[in-house]
Amino acid sequence: MSDDRANNLDVLSRRVNWKSTQMRARVRRRYWADRLFRLSGFSAVVIAGLFLLFLLGNIIQNGISGFMQTSIEIDIAFDPTLLPDPTLPPDQFSAALARADMQRLLRQALMAEFPNVSGRRDIIQLTRMLSSGARAQLRQVILKDPSVIGTTKRVRILASDEVDQVMKGNIDVGVSEENRKLQDKELAWLGRFQQEDRVSLSFHSRFITGGDSREPELVGVRGAITGSALTLLVTLLTAFPVGLAAAIYLEEFAPRNRFTDIIEVNINNLAAVPSIVFGLLGLAFFLGFMGMARSAPLVGGLTLALLTLPTIIISARAAIAAVPGSIRDAARGLGASPMQVAFHHVVPLAMPGIMTGTIIGMARALGESAPLLMIGMVAFIVDVPGGVNDPATVLPVQIYLWADSPERAFIEKTSAAIMVLLFFLISMNGLAIWLRQRFERKW
Amino acid sequence: MNQHILRTYDDELMEVRSVVVRMGGLAAEQLADSMQALRELDLDLAEKTRQADKKLDALEVQAENTVIGVFARRAPVADDLREVVSALKITTMIERMGDYAKNIARRSIAIAEGKGVVLMPPLLDDMATHAHEMIQDVMDAYVKRGADEAIAVWERDEHLDNMYNAAYRQILARMMEAPEQIGVWSHYLMIAKNLERIGDQATNVAEQVHYAIMGEFLEEARQKRDRTSAEVFEGH
Amino acid sequence: MPDTAIDLQNTVGAQPKMSIRDVHVRYGETHAVKGINLDLYQDNVTALIGPSGCGKSTLLRCLNRMNDTIVDCSVEGSILLDGEDIYAKEIDVVQLRARVGMVFQKPNPFPKSVYDNVAYGPRIHGLATDRDALDEIVEASLEKAGLWHEVKDRLDHLGTTLSGGQQQRLCIARAIAVNPEVILMDEPCSSLDPIATARVEALIDELSGHYAIVIVTHSMQQAARVSQKTVFFHLGEMIEYGDTTQIFTAPRQERTRDYITGRFG
Repeated sequence: MSDDRANNLDVLSRRVNWKSTQMRARVRRRYWADRLFRLSGFSAVVIAGLFLLFLLGNIIQNGISGFMQTSIEIDIAFDPTLLPDPTLPPDQFSAALARADMQRLLRQALMAEFPNVSGRRDIIQLTRMLSSGARAQLRQVILKDPSVIGTTKRVRILASDEVDQVMKGNIDVGVSEENRKLQDKELAWLGRFQQEDRVSLSFHSRFITGGDSREPELVGVRGAITGSALTLLVTLLTAFPVGLAAAIYLEEFAPRNRFTDIIEVNINNLAAVPSIVFGLLGLAFFLGFMGMARSAPLVGGLTLALLTLPTIIISARAAIAAVPGSIRDAARGLGASPMQVAFHHVVPLAMPGIMTGTIIGMARALGESAPLLMIGMVAFIVDVPGGVNDPATVLPVQIYLWADSPERAFIEKTSAAIMVLLFFLISMNGLAIWLRQRFERKW
Repeated sequence: MNQHILRTYDDELMEVRSVVVRMGGLAAEQLADSMQALRELDLDLAEKTRQADKKLDALEVQAENTVIGVFARRAPVADDLREVVSALKITTMIERMGDYAKNIARRSIAIAEGKGVVLMPPLLDDMATHAHEMIQDVMDAYVKRGADEAIAVWERDEHLDNMYNAAYRQILARMMEAPEQIGVWSHYLMIAKNLERIGDQATNVAEQVHYAIMGEFLEEARQKRDRTSAEVFEGH
Repeated sequence: MPDTAIDLQNTVGAQPKMSIRDVHVRYGETHAVKGINLDLYQDNVTALIGPSGCGKSTLLRCLNRMNDTIVDCSVEGSILLDGEDIYAKEIDVVQLRARVGMVFQKPNPFPKSVYDNVAYGPRIHGLATDRDALDEIVEASLEKAGLWHEVKDRLDHLGTTLSGGQQQRLCIARAIAVNPEVILMDEPCSSLDPIATARVEALIDELSGHYAIVIVTHSMQQAARVSQKTVFFHLGEMIEYGDTTQIFTAPRQERTRDYITGRFG
């Protein structure tokens, strides 16, 4: 070795004084920077967690009471003069029952409870303490047991949303009369029921099993859940096979050239397109061009399929690309055709990843409202949809509609619906995580 | 030849080579010393030469250890393999040369201590000079990695053999002339034989050098010597 | 190459299993293999050695057309299997790969059971008519690969749960299950420990004679241990071909010597 080089190497043989003041200071600075970074990272996590906690807390606090509803027990005299003959054959009986004046039955019952209330306005006010669903409730009671006709029976009747809000403490009875929804005399009537322990707040199954309504105490999410389920079914059935086929083709078979590069870039860009644009596309193509039914899960599902397709393709491609090349080599080396390589080995191994991606795409579709607004799934629909061509709405749109409603009681209904939506989203993500951990292969 | 990427490997091969070269030098020196002791009947020098053989033995052990180490740790192949294998064999051969020189020294002591000193036949001196040159040349060939030089040494063995045959006849004639001196002459005969064997070993070394360099064996090295022996016995 | 010519004369009478004639391989601009002529014999293990990027693996992958899927890879010249050009149009690459099996650098069993790993090849080629015949093939292959006694009680275990050396022998069993004529091995022991390596080498020894085996290896000692013929590649060219003993004692080419002795060159 030349002397020059030897001299240069001497630099490395100089001993470093690790205990010098500068070194100590340097170490201290390093530790300090380290601590600072950890602290800021930790506080970022805490702040994010607090936001999430606040959001969830707020929704749960508002929404939990949405699952409860106030009922009042009222003695109803099932006046045979107002009601059809129970001896009629069932279909005639129920038809006649539908025409019977339940309102009058209720009014009579209430007037019997409060004999000193008189005057048309007061009586109307009195009946308004009960939900407008009370008539249907009575009809149900009679239909279930026609023998009640002619007797008097204590029946739990849904209270109106305002009474309900008072019971839940959402309407402050302390403010002056003109500033609150319920007048003093209504509170007095309610007070009498309360004294007699006839007002109860209990779990309201109708919220889960019922369809939409104008009355907050009568609303239910079943229509929206069914709509969402039908829509997602359509989305899944279209987006998954198409996305999977596209991903397999692009990853395993497509030649690498300018054309496939363009497709790849476009798929990636498509994933970033605002969802409302897909709504416009659905509106123009499925409704305008194809002339399909408005507001229907079929169109909604197809539109959401467009939206989910890039997500599914991208995640499926990633999952397929993550299958080690050695597996492909092994299969090819044994003489498997490209098709056999893909379907015997690569796709089964990529399936957990593909499913995870699909479920996450589905979860995104479940939470999507904007494109569905464009294709008319925002209509007020009371009935639970029975098929993919029935008018329907979906959970996020339902939430949007309720959030838009003026009644005080819709606030809690909105939050409760959000809880339902979150439940489904978290379940789907949980399923994705479970699938990934259950089927993930190690090699 | 290019250096090894691993420098210590080169160092070890260099060590083996330097031991071999030192042994070659020692053997040549031992031969020269023993011949001088014989010429001048110098008992001290003869004794010194006998002792020098121990150094040669020690060097052989050292070379052996280094070579075994190279085998164990470097798993030598190709030129390196041939290099260390032939080094192992060459050291044994040189050690044998040392033994022959030691034998000459021992016989010179016997001659010096014996009665009726007879002067050494000049032909033995010529043989010794020739054998000495062969050792030096083969070591030169080893150092310079000269295959042609090695072949040249190998070819010169025939001349030494001829000289030995001449010396054999000469000594045999002297023995017949003066049967009372037969003891001394038999020593000289054995010395001539030793010199011839030293030449053989130098030839063997040349073969090894050639193999180390070229990777192929010099053929039919031994046949020639057998032929000469047969001739001699037939003559007898 | 003169060396090849010499060897062709030495093996007069034996018909080469595979003949490589003036093969050039290009990856786009890169000229990876430059005019190789080489014969591979049925009863020989041929080792391909040389520094990384010398084209030995590329050439190996040409022998069963594993390079086909690489887009800008082009192969010129001819490669004959029993006198038939494997790059000819009428050759079915799927059948070719059954006849010329391959074992890879990293043991790559399918994440399926040991049984299914071995049975996969016979299944896709329809080599077994019923379940019993398939069982027989699987057992014979595992037996031949020296793995049967180690795995016979856990044929339903995942192939990936075996040890590295067992996995590699499973891959060899998988390759011989389709009854190949040539087995290509691309650094089959590079991820194995010395004991597992020795087992695989013993297996290669065992299999030699039944199959023409071509092995690419970075371990020169391995090439020396398992092969009868050695080929040294450098920068896409075949520098030297010869008997393994000759290559490892007295290589004729300086570049071969520098490479195998670990010299700067």
